[in-house]
Amino acid sequence: MEYLLLQILNGVQLGLLMFLLAAGLTLTFGIMDLVNLAHGSLYMMGAYIAWTLIAWTDSFVMGALLTLPATFLLGVVVERVVARRLYARDHLDQVLATFGLILFFNELVRVIWGPAGKSIAVPKFLAHTIEIMPGAPYPAYRFAIILVGAAVALLLAWLVTRTRVGMLIRAGASNRRMIAALGVNIELLFSLVFGLGAVFAALAGLMAAPLTSVKIGMGDDILILTFVIIVIGGIGSIKGAFVAAMLVGQIDIIGRAFLPDMLKTFLSPSAAASAAPSISQVLVYVLMAGVLIWRPTGLFGQKN
Amino acid sequence: MKIKLFGPATIAAAATLAMVSLPVMAQSPIKIGFVTTLSGSQAAIGEDMRRSADLAKEHLGGKMGGKPFEIIYEDDTFKPDVGKQKSEKLVQQDKVNFITGYIWSNVLLASLKTVTDEGDTILVSANAGPSQIAGDLCNKNFFSTSWQNDQTPMAMGEYLQKKGVKSLYLMAPNYAAGKDMMAGVKRTFKGQIAGEDYTKWPDQLDFSAELAKIRAAKPEGVFIFYPGAHGVQFLTQYSQAGLKGQIPLYQVFSVDAITLPQQKDLALGILGAQEWVNDLPNDQNKRFVADFKKKHGTYPSFYGAQSYDAIMLMASAAEALKGDLSSKDKVRAEMKKANFKSVRGDFKFGNNNFPIENFYIQDTVKDAAGMLTLKTVATAMTAAVDPYASKCPMK
Repeated sequence: MEYLLLQILNGVQLGLLMFLLAAGLTLTFGIMDLVNLAHGSLYMMGAYIAWTLIAWTDSFVMGALLTLPATFLLGVVVERVVARRLYARDHLDQVLATFGLILFFNELVRVIWGPAGKSIAVPKFLAHTIEIMPGAPYPAYRFAIILVGAAVALLLAWLVTRTRVGMLIRAGASNRRMIAALGVNIELLFSLVFGLGAVFAALAGLMAAPLTSVKIGMGDDILILTFVIIVIGGIGSIKGAFVAAMLVGQIDIIGRAFLPDMLKTFLSPSAAASAAPSISQVLVYVLMAGVLIWRPTGLFGQKN
Repeated sequence: MKIKLFGPATIAAAATLAMVSLPVMAQSPIKIGFVTTLSGSQAAIGEDMRRSADLAKEHLGGKMGGKPFEIIYEDDTFKPDVGKQKSEKLVQQDKVNFITGYIWSNVLLASLKTVTDEGDTILVSANAGPSQIAGDLCNKNFFSTSWQNDQTPMAMGEYLQKKGVKSLYLMAPNYAAGKDMMAGVKRTFKGQIAGEDYTKWPDQLDFSAELAKIRAAKPEGVFIFYPGAHGVQFLTQYSQAGLKGQIPLYQVFSVDAITLPQQKDLALGILGAQEWVNDLPNDQNKRFVADFKKKHGTYPSFYGAQSYDAIMLMASAAEALKGDLSSKDKVRAEMKKANFKSVRGDFKFGNNNFPIENFYIQDTVKDAAGMLTLKTVATAMTAAVDPYASKCPMK
């Protein structure tokens, strides 16, 4: 029972991190119709900028809070300088240009921070475990990720469903041309959405940093999974991104935690242990394929 | 016009080249290719190897068998395909006499054929020791100054068996070396295997699901193989999950001179197995460790020690042949004699060109200056031969 709870929490924590990444990506894809491969680079930049600011302020919380406006600015600059020129182009041009951005950011990091990678320590006040249930200790830092992730998800839900900006974002996601025709300042809206996406990506990057490590190309690995999430959830849908991220998070953990035991019932222990990680990686894509057959626009996607 | 412009110029250039290149050929230096990881999250390992190989060069006075030699470093970027490409370049373009380095088993396996078969070039692995090359696929052009992957975990398993540990949980990444390591520890540890997990390599750095399984399985010990940056992550998360101090951790290749500065006190008291430790009491080792420390302010790692030995092994062959490396057969014969002073003490090759050597148990301690380092606490195996040697048809 405790074991199951711990694994579910692990899945929730992973899902929330991926939701933060997917939220920005699904908005830029849905509203601006931009395939932004460089979204993973913003995740990486968030972690590196946080590393610098944490060292500078000597406080994890201060450094993290300062990272958010810094990456918002970075997002706006990327939008104004590069992304804006791509909206009218077709997806292939966008893939090419944003792939170029990945190379640019990776090289930029190498020049500024060096090739070796950095590590961010877990803040002192979270470097312990808390008892979720008697006999089920859980790392406080991971629990903090869940709280922050859930808070951001709620904030985003409020922003999208209850505010004027959110109304415009939703309108943009369902019909871009219409809101431009209605006289909405679409350039400003695009900058804002892109900047917001960058902030969420950076938040995910900086929160993941103490668990993994800050390194060049850290966003490239997770980017593919993020695309899978927005495709499952439906492009442009925040709700879809959330549901899909949670599903993918749980599937990943189930694959790692329970699959080896299930396989062991009919395979040798060693074979089961080595097959499980490969199969759990595939499960996510099986889910995506299933969803696409059942609902080609994703779980919460707009039907065209 | 074209003929006027290019004709004489080309002829002149060709003539000059021919004149210049002839004397150069006569005293051309011995070339050593070195494939390692010099960028990305595992770059620190490659840097340590480079420092140690450069130190070997310095100790040799820059010469082998009376000839100057150069080491050409190439970055495999931690990827098998890139490693193969770089090996190809070293063999075909630079025409190196020896090639060495290779941290990763998958990089080595990808590069092996290009170097040893197509290129007929002698390869000295300074780290990776996949089981395939020790057994059926053993190769006259392949030598190792490290170990076969199974051996170090076998030493750890043997120690735990003797210590009376009853159950063990095993974790390693899902690639060639990870599989060998798991197989190795199971060869000698006969207690209960409480569970075993392979994790995705190299991108899985989050071990939350596996750590929860360890907690539920309640083993008497946890055995891990997480080299380099992954070892740092594992120890951090092991401690975050509150398992440190509850279940003892035993490791191979996961705590070393490179990872210690980041693992800090989390590594204290964690036992590991290794064929070389910085405090081994032979003169060659004392000189290597002291000079390395003087130069870089840190202890060398076992990756470094193996790289240092690789250069010294090549030098011993070049010395015996007075710098004439034209006959590959003679070079191989001289290499096989292993007529050099290894930093690990006694060193000789088995039939499959893997070393027959001792393995030690090491503990993590603080030295007199308060710097974290490793200390030999026991000898786990003496003159150990790897378990695949009998499958190798070479004599």
